[in-house]
Amino acid sequence: MEIPKSFLGYKRENGRAGTRNHVIILPVDDISNACAEAVANNIKGTIALPHSYGRLQFGADLELHFRTMIGTGKNPNVAAVIVIGIEPKWTKRIVDAIASTGKPVEGFSIEGVGDIDTIAKVSKKAQEFSMWASEKQREECPMSDLWISVKCGESDTTSGLASNPTVGNLMDKLEPLGVHLCFGETSELTGAETVCEKRGKTPEAQAKFKKTWNDYNDFILKEATDDLSESQPTAGNIAGGLTTIEEKAFGNFQKIGGCQFIDVLEPAEEPTKGAGLYFMDTSSAAAECVTLQAAGGFNIHLFPTGQGNIIGNPIEPVIKLTANPLTAKTMSEHIDVDVSKILSREMNLSQAGDELIKSTLRVANGRLTCAEALGHKEFVMTKLYRSA
Amino acid sequence: MSNTDIIIHDEKDNVGVVVIEKITPEQDCNCWIMENDKSVSIQSKDEIPLGHKIAMADLNEGDTILKYGHDIGKVVKNIKKGEHVHVHNVKTKKW
Repeated sequence: MEIPKSFLGYKRENGRAGTRNHVIILPVDDISNACAEAVANNIKGTIALPHSYGRLQFGADLELHFRTMIGTGKNPNVAAVIVIGIEPKWTKRIVDAIASTGKPVEGFSIEGVGDIDTIAKVSKKAQEFSMWASEKQREECPMSDLWISVKCGESDTTSGLASNPTVGNLMDKLEPLGVHLCFGETSELTGAETVCEKRGKTPEAQAKFKKTWNDYNDFILKEATDDLSESQPTAGNIAGGLTTIEEKAFGNFQKIGGCQFIDVLEPAEEPTKGAGLYFMDTSSAAAECVTLQAAGGFNIHLFPTGQGNIIGNPIEPVIKLTANPLTAKTMSEHIDVDVSKILSREMNLSQAGDELIKSTLRVANGRLTCAEALGHKEFVMTKLYRSA
Repeated sequence: MSNTDIIIHDEKDNVGVVVIEKITPEQDCNCWIMENDKSVSIQSKDEIPLGHKIAMADLNEGDTILKYGHDIGKVVKNIKKGEHVHVHNVKTKKW
């Protein structure tokens, strides 16, 4: 198949392009959720991103909170941003960082005003942003404007046999076109960590990966009370035939095809070394991982599943594929791309990769994913440790 | 091409994955090795559902399970060729 050279996206002020055109109402902290949700309820064409944290965090955990908030606002799938926090200082820090993209952003704080007057004031600004964004048109954008993140979930052996290698095939075909690519799931590379380390393009990238994996593994060994047999593999993984974390890891690893990663990113960190594949240090929990990748600036997500994970994200469309014929049948409303014909050898990997590229472009051009149509918008902050 | 019942990732692997809804005891199964596009056959000893693994050789306690050509865990209970391989007879070497 000849791979198309462009897609229809929303060009942003900073030169990036979005596959979506969201106006988001971003609460800085848990107690500002009510206000954000009230505004989103008032003003059509806006979406609130409630979450559970943002108070009394400190150190690396607080930095990650800011990075996730700011990265979410900066994501090119977002046209304009309203930030609401209880206090002005942290709100302003987030607003100023998002403003560096040139997109419309405005912050409000609730303290000394109260919810009701804040909601009234913010709603007026949100209406202005929503109506402004509604006039944005899709334009032709080069493929290199696609930033694709990947993560698999509710994996089974069909993931490693077919759906993950299909994603790998897409990566092999799109990497030469200057696409940014990102995989994560540090803990789920356990067993394949030395093989993965060797995929670093430079000694620096390899060393950075090794340190990242070792740190994660030390943390797991420190916190685990028994083994992780209740968590890794999950009950769903085991039902699907996966026996050990090593088996899951080698299946997981198929998602990057033959690509090499050029750098290792902190959670929610934006890549700065140009096009190519990046590894991001993330949890392997689906919603946490995709939230971090979206905050890193990725604008479309590929999610292979075996037993049927149903995750979505509020700003980054999540495309699901499965090679498990039972899942494709029993959970069809969640599956965007069915590649189960690989198992019956009616379809080869390259054909499946082509199908996935076509579906990815349709979604990039505006087609709703199953998760979007079903209203999945899991926005989940990663928290590193207890608050002060 | 005859129907494929089991797929094996790598020639070195000592397990294969069932890719039909299930295989039944004493079923003669066609296996496809992805890496070299060869075919082999095996008779199953157990009922094994879609996605679960079958032993391609007799395996003893302490042996290493190879899949994708890589170590994915150790045998904790002897396994006969054609038997179901899963959490009841294989464990991780990590954690």
